[in-house]
Amino acid sequence: MTTLTKQPDPGLSARAPRKSRKRGKPSDGFRGIGDLKVALFFIAPAMVGLILFYLVPTIRGIYLSFTEYSILGDPEWIGARNYERIAKDPLFWNALGVTAEYVVINIVLQTALALGLAILMHRVAKSTLIRGALLMPYLMANVIAALLWFWMLDYQIGIINQIIEWTGLPRVAFFGSEQWAIPTQALINTWRHMGYTALLIFAGLQAIPNSVYEAASIDGSKALNTFRRITLPLLRPVLVLVLVVTVIGSFQVFDTVAVTTAGGPVNATRVLQFYIYQRAFNEQDFGYGSALAVILFLILAVVAFIQMKFLRGNQSDLD
Amino acid sequence: MTTFTSPKNAVRRPLRRPFNWRRTIALILLAVAIAVSILPFYWVLRTALSSNGSLAANSANLLPADFNLGAFKRVFGLQSASEAIAEGGSGASINFWQYLWNSLLFSGITTACAVFFSSMAAYAFSRLRWKGRDTVFSLFLATMLVPPIFTALPNFLLIKNLGLLNSMLGLVLPYLFMTPFAIFFMRQFFLNMSREVEEAAMLDGAKHWRIFFQIIMPNAAAPIATLALLTFMGQWNEYFWPLLVGTSEESRVLTVGLGVFKSQSPQGAPDWSGLMAATLVSATPVLILFAIFGKRIVNSIGFNGTK
Repeated sequence: MTTLTKQPDPGLSARAPRKSRKRGKPSDGFRGIGDLKVALFFIAPAMVGLILFYLVPTIRGIYLSFTEYSILGDPEWIGARNYERIAKDPLFWNALGVTAEYVVINIVLQTALALGLAILMHRVAKSTLIRGALLMPYLMANVIAALLWFWMLDYQIGIINQIIEWTGLPRVAFFGSEQWAIPTQALINTWRHMGYTALLIFAGLQAIPNSVYEAASIDGSKALNTFRRITLPLLRPVLVLVLVVTVIGSFQVFDTVAVTTAGGPVNATRVLQFYIYQRAFNEQDFGYGSALAVILFLILAVVAFIQMKFLRGNQSDLD
Repeated sequence: MTTFTSPKNAVRRPLRRPFNWRRTIALILLAVAIAVSILPFYWVLRTALSSNGSLAANSANLLPADFNLGAFKRVFGLQSASEAIAEGGSGASINFWQYLWNSLLFSGITTACAVFFSSMAAYAFSRLRWKGRDTVFSLFLATMLVPPIFTALPNFLLIKNLGLLNSMLGLVLPYLFMTPFAIFFMRQFFLNMSREVEEAAMLDGAKHWRIFFQIIMPNAAAPIATLALLTFMGQWNEYFWPLLVGTSEESRVLTVGLGVFKSQSPQGAPDWSGLMAATLVSATPVLILFAIFGKRIVNSIGFNGTK
């Protein structure tokens, strides 16, 4: 969604002559202040938002993570003690493990299904109607997806358990058993994101020029071989981008958990963001919550960096 | 669906294989995926039109069990408490209309302001030349990497200190000025706009704000509409921030209200039909937008700044 590509800048060539004409002196290119005054006017509102709700909170969040702060009174500086407590906090390690399990199940399922779907669409049906149908779940709020499946997967009278019983298998306590709770959350999210991710990959497939396939076909390449040697490598930048975005999103799972299992049964679905929410807002421990949030932030940064670096997401093999 | 057999596709397929079964299997798999995506919505509708008492006995019946509109009446507060309890509801009132209105306000205000202010910023980042432009732009882009939970805690404190907890203003404030994605999206479009008309206006001595309002914005109507749609739907579905800041009846939005509805269930069986009716009604605005602008929305997916 957000690949950064260098674009020809229309301002570069067309700008200079206008300036000299208007001000009646030779243009000095853009080494001077250029349109700075006008620009400041145009970015002023966005700048206010950036500073007030992104930059200052980021610094304040880091500061709070070094304090003891229970919302009443003032934050009290306690150095790295929050982080020391976190290192020894079994609930934190549990949350990390549970979140990791969720991310792995979710990403593997979602990416595999989406890739398959994208290829199917690319080969046999490119109609907007089909793409629209597959996109439907993504347009629903997480809360709605969660409630919908909470009902369909109900142990007693949910339709899915009804179907499972017809096939002769025992009913599954999707939300009620510690073993199933996280896979269930991952399945709900996979359902919601599958079509969206497939469309992203589909867009990548569309961008691969036909000539490449034609050349392969002339050389007598078999379908599987073409897929492995041509489609996948050329799709790599899109796949990496999709992976980075979905992995980062998955680490921040909250809505579906909050609406359905609220961290339970026992600690089975107490994912990181839910744990942060509980510490900060239920237990009014803002310092500790902030420290947890810093750790989540760091994890995401490292994960994104590793993915970009090792999968070379910002380079295309098409050039 | 009509493109299945169009000859154009046959040419575009990388490898032409005469075996029809491959194609058939592919179509079946695609049909399964579509069914998995769509059928749950039917199940929601079917449940919403059922009565709670009959759900258990007819859990696999494809048609509504004991068809009635009680669930929808319950959601919109058209049932008395005793009627609601008799039909398996909690009897507690839920201010559905209020939540609906709050959701509309929250999504509408934030979309209008964020899209407008972001377009302004995008103009400065694409059509104007000034020192430090690219540095400032990367600063905006970098904020996309900050997880929302991280800024949510300090932002909550800020809103609390301003005394704006449980108010619409507190709810919309962080989203009002810009979203990094919106700036990026509009900038990408502005960069590719032809400069000729703008040049002509410049020669006539038009000021930048006039050029922005009278030339740039009208010419960007299509991407602005797409961006507004995407932003609105995203805001409509927002849950975490409204959960923190909007917990009073006056400031609660639908997503948060749905959670409350769910937890309101009395001892014993939840009010499934009521819950599904509420879910369906909450999804309706997005479904309507999708029905009208489906093509625009679908085609915007995969936007990666290179088109």
